[in-house]
Amino acid sequence: MKDKLTIKDLNFWYGDKQALKDINLHIGEKQITALIGPSGCGKTTFLRCLNRMHDLYPGNRYEGEILLEGRNILEKGLDLIRLRGKIGMVFQKPTPFPMSIYENIAFGLKLMGIKSKGEVSGRVEKALKDSALWDEISDRLQGPALSLSGGQQQRLCIARAIAVEPEVILMDEPCSALDPVATAKIEDLMTGIKEDYTVVIVTHNMQQAARVSEYTGFFMLGEVVEFDTTEKIFTAPANKLTEDYITGRFG
Amino acid sequence: MDAAGARFIKRKLANYGALALSAASAAFGIFFLFWILKDVLVLGFSAINLDFFTRLPAPAGMEGGGLVNAIAGTFLITALATVIGVPAGIMAGTYLSEYGRKSRMASVVRFVSDILVSAPSIVVGVFVYALLVKPFGGFSAIAGAVALAIIMLPVVIRTAEEMLKLVPDATREAALALGAPHWKVTVHVVYRGAVRGIVTGVMLAVARVSGETAPLLFTSFNNSFWNFSLTEPTATLTVTIFNYAMGPYEDWHQKAWAAALLITAIVLLVNIISRIIVRGKAE
Repeated sequence: MKDKLTIKDLNFWYGDKQALKDINLHIGEKQITALIGPSGCGKTTFLRCLNRMHDLYPGNRYEGEILLEGRNILEKGLDLIRLRGKIGMVFQKPTPFPMSIYENIAFGLKLMGIKSKGEVSGRVEKALKDSALWDEISDRLQGPALSLSGGQQQRLCIARAIAVEPEVILMDEPCSALDPVATAKIEDLMTGIKEDYTVVIVTHNMQQAARVSEYTGFFMLGEVVEFDTTEKIFTAPANKLTEDYITGRFG
Repeated sequence: MDAAGARFIKRKLANYGALALSAASAAFGIFFLFWILKDVLVLGFSAINLDFFTRLPAPAGMEGGGLVNAIAGTFLITALATVIGVPAGIMAGTYLSEYGRKSRMASVVRFVSDILVSAPSIVVGVFVYALLVKPFGGFSAIAGAVALAIIMLPVVIRTAEEMLKLVPDATREAALALGAPHWKVTVHVVYRGAVRGIVTGVMLAVARVSGETAPLLFTSFNNSFWNFSLTEPTATLTVTIFNYAMGPYEDWHQKAWAAALLITAIVLLVNIISRIIVRGKAE
């Protein structure tokens, strides 16, 4: 397996409070890596390190290395705008922009500097088809994105993220606000896009992790307790804590 | 009758008592509003005619004429104040919501603009008099507009900030996560989400200043003739009401009522339009 992201001795602080301790992980290229663990264990914090989302708020501090194909993305002076073009993100709650469905996706394309109208509309259509949304909404592309259902909004957010063709897509509990039908659609979608993208997903739903991912990391109290193939984690975990968690004894 | 029954009756009576009291208080407030509206409507309507909208004021003591110059002056000065005050207010509100946030500078700006909201408008008038009228040797439309802009400013700042804050941070993060620079997130995403609220706030601020008199007495003053120069004294409806209502002629009193009706109608209209905009937002 080729590493897309290599995390070496990563530590992270919110102000004085250390939230991540000595994280070492390998995220495989064009694989789905799931991060599981009890609430407050640091998995979302870790995910937000990968596109430097923490930089938005003052007082946050990183230590260690996150290598994106060999280059440390934590280094000072890195162009965050380019980084975020390469590493896209889908959030827990759907975050459609207050504009039309079409404009939601075109927004990212215009950021990339695509000016030709034909190319923009072609890529909007492709993104909506890739995210299995096209058939449901192709007749109301100019309608407001906020009028879509929760599941459709979330798929629109995924479409928006893949339209700009990043290398990695981070998903922070993308299904936690959705019903089982919408969840199933998004899981199908994830399996579909992994041919082209590296996906890192944080989830509270262990069945989901087991269903979609190749690799799973179990986080607890800011540390990685165990990281292995999903099959190994769910059938023969090496660590007692992992076993207790996935069998529902705590968490 | 047992004790529980007595308590029940007592509770019922207390309930009716409280209901009657609050209904009476509401009626008391509305009563005066309608009294004012009725007087303005009845007395103003009888004095309004086509001349009122098309003719200049007649010489003092003579019947007839109109207030076309004051109507134009009110629109001119209010428009100019809007042009000065609204962009500055929106930008300051943007700073507070998108950049300053919890910084020291932002809390100072918030504090100052809260004080400015409650500053008596006549104080603003005197301030602009000292700033723009005295040094330049005369009353002017521009001085009036600056005074009104200063009164608008804190209202626009705080409304803009509040409306921008209603856009969830998750939306900002999502746009940043796509690789958008901060300013693009603000202009293309956050403003889009807040535009209705900001427009409403601006309209209410416009309505508020269009009814101001005190700050204009010291700044734009008055004029019995047409004036299209921004550096000359300019008539407005509100100052005209002040002068005419205090004047000795019955015809002036009539005109003052008509002007009062017109300015009330304008303010009411702006308020209603902004209500409609807000309702559009809810859908």
